[in-house]
Amino acid sequence: MDREPVEALREAAAAGVEYDGLSASLDGETLQVAVEDSTTTVDDRRLDDLPEPFVPYVRNWVYWHETAPQRPAFRAFLRWLERANDGEPSAVPERYDALETGVTRTWGQLLLTARLSEGGRRRYELRHVDDRDVPAGDLQVHGGPNDAETIARHDDRDRYRPLKTAPTLRSGWLFPDLGPDEVLSVVSEFYPATIENWFREREGTLDVTHYREAAERQTGRYRSVSELPSEALEWAADACCVDSQCLKRREWDETADEPLDVPRGDGPFPCREPCSLFVAAAKEWTSLEDEATRTYEIELTPSERDQLEAIVDAVADGRVDEIREADLGDGANRYRARYLRAKRFGDVESPAFQETDRTHGSEEDTSD
Amino acid sequence: MSALVIAAHGSHLNPESSRPAHEHARRIRATGAFDTVQTAFWKEEPHFREALRTVPSDEVYLVPLFISEGYFTEQVIPREFRLEGWTGWDSNGTSAVTATLSAEDTGQTVHYCGPVGTHDAMSDVIVRRAESVTGDPDVGDGVGLAVVGHGTERNENSAKAVTYHADRIRARGRFDEVQALFMDEEPEVDDVTDYFTSTDVVVVPLFIADGYHTQEDIPEDMGLTEDYREGWETPATVEGHRIWYAGAVGTEPLLAEVVAERAADAGATVGDSLDRLRAGDAPVRSA
Ligand code: SF4
Repeated sequence: MDREPVEALREAAAAGVEYDGLSASLDGETLQVAVEDSTTTVDDRRLDDLPEPFVPYVRNWVYWHETAPQRPAFRAFLRWLERANDGEPSAVPERYDALETGVTRTWGQLLLTARLSEGGRRRYELRHVDDRDVPAGDLQVHGGPNDAETIARHDDRDRYRPLKTAPTLRSGWLFPDLGPDEVLSVVSEFYPATIENWFREREGTLDVTHYREAAERQTGRYRSVSELPSEALEWAADACCVDSQCLKRREWDETADEPLDVPRGDGPFPCREPCSLFVAAAKEWTSLEDEATRTYEIELTPSERDQLEAIVDAVADGRVDEIREADLGDGANRYRARYLRAKRFGDVESPAFQETDRTHGSEEDTSD
Repeated sequence: MSALVIAAHGSHLNPESSRPAHEHARRIRATGAFDTVQTAFWKEEPHFREALRTVPSDEVYLVPLFISEGYFTEQVIPREFRLEGWTGWDSNGTSAVTATLSAEDTGQTVHYCGPVGTHDAMSDVIVRRAESVTGDPDVGDGVGLAVVGHGTERNENSAKAVTYHADRIRARGRFDEVQALFMDEEPEVDDVTDYFTSTDVVVVPLFIADGYHTQEDIPEDMGLTEDYREGWETPATVEGHRIWYAGAVGTEPLLAEVVAERAADAGATVGDSLDRLRAGDAPVRSA
């Protein structure tokens, strides 16, 4: 890893090097190095002896071949981080300029910054997107993947997060200085398998399993989910998978030929099959959808009708905690809800919703 | 280049469920015995379906952090990890060692090991648990030990694993009495004091993680407390016996050694890591 760069390049040049605008080949014992339109030959020289314009190119090659992890998905991710797109060979000097100040990318709720350090190596900083402009001194400093696991476990109200890609990651922390292997472990701890699936998608090898196929596979308590009606599947995806609930971009549909209408999301990393939380929710909805509808009558003022909608919206949008104690103008305000309950739902003898007619019969519970 | 994947249940509701998997993974990682140590979950992430692709090695030792052979280890895990040609371990319910298979999506060679709960070394973890809850490294003389599990209701093999370890520990003669007890069949954990003459009884639940059963059901059923939310004493006095209730055996640090031993039995080269895990000198940071 700490070989003299020119020596490492000489060794690789035997097979020919073409990388990010750097070419190197061996002519007998002589190393030929070319960048853009200049060429030089190197006999016994070290990196320091090379003409200045060649140095960043050689260091860049060394970083990607000697220092950074060689696993294709990881390398592609780190290159994406610093916007080193293959096929733009002349970009090294510009990229190095950008890396001097830092190149920033967003991955879910993570804000990653790559910077140049000694000898052409890179260091990475990681923080919450909401902390973009917060001075480092105001953030709690962390070091490695174990810390990430702890941060990711609970949201900022200390509730357990069952879905790692829910947009509920707490903020206020900083991983100021990570090496390439460390930043990959930390990202993988926050968002497991996202780098691997993102890479597969780029390579055109993402193995998507659509809902019907995933449901067929289920056994035991989850066998019933294959019976979820198509319409209900749309509602379920709308409930769980949109960007306000999950930052993965849903790539699965009902089947390959039956796309869902619900927006897939805009995130960089794909969701390749219904997750365990979705399947558990689908089980619940499958059994709820088994009930037939009935018609009820309820007496409400127009404002009370609006209020019921406001309450459903507030719960569905996770807004309940934001409604101020004394904001009596908000239908989902606690006092307003208590008032409505006292007025309309308080009497067990005469329930607010009166059944007027029974349409269909069958509603036996088929869940196992 | 070989990797260890620890497969555990996890939970959508209980954050404690995956803690043992994470902690044992850290302990084993610290020994350096494997190039990669990865956790995988049925209810958390990375999911069983996606864990193998996060592991760079061609050769993977897959160890289920489960108590017994049965539905999860024989149906769910092989299916979700896409292990081609899986037909079972050819086991009597507690004798699974390993099966070597290929993963359909990644092409990796997967040595699918038997669950930690049925490994012989699990008997030592139960004893270690008794030592740690009593604070006595020589605990045994004048003391009874109860090993507690589900009954056969959910899984026939789960009861087998409990009986298996109770028999093995009894045969060593270290404790005055050893008894297997169950939650949903006779002999029942509710009647724990009926099964022991010793005043001091250590109760070790053969569960991987603390949760509803180990922290609510069992303490209330045994009469350690009226209401689990109020906690209980250790030891707690119940009908003239002192009950030393240990909580889930799976949280005992020594279990990491059983995980590594499962992989070693399947052919992994683990160097001196077993000794180090047994000695407990591999550091772990608690989440
Ligand atoms: S199925 Fe995919 S997109 Fe939907 S909630 Fe689960 S991880 Fe997110």
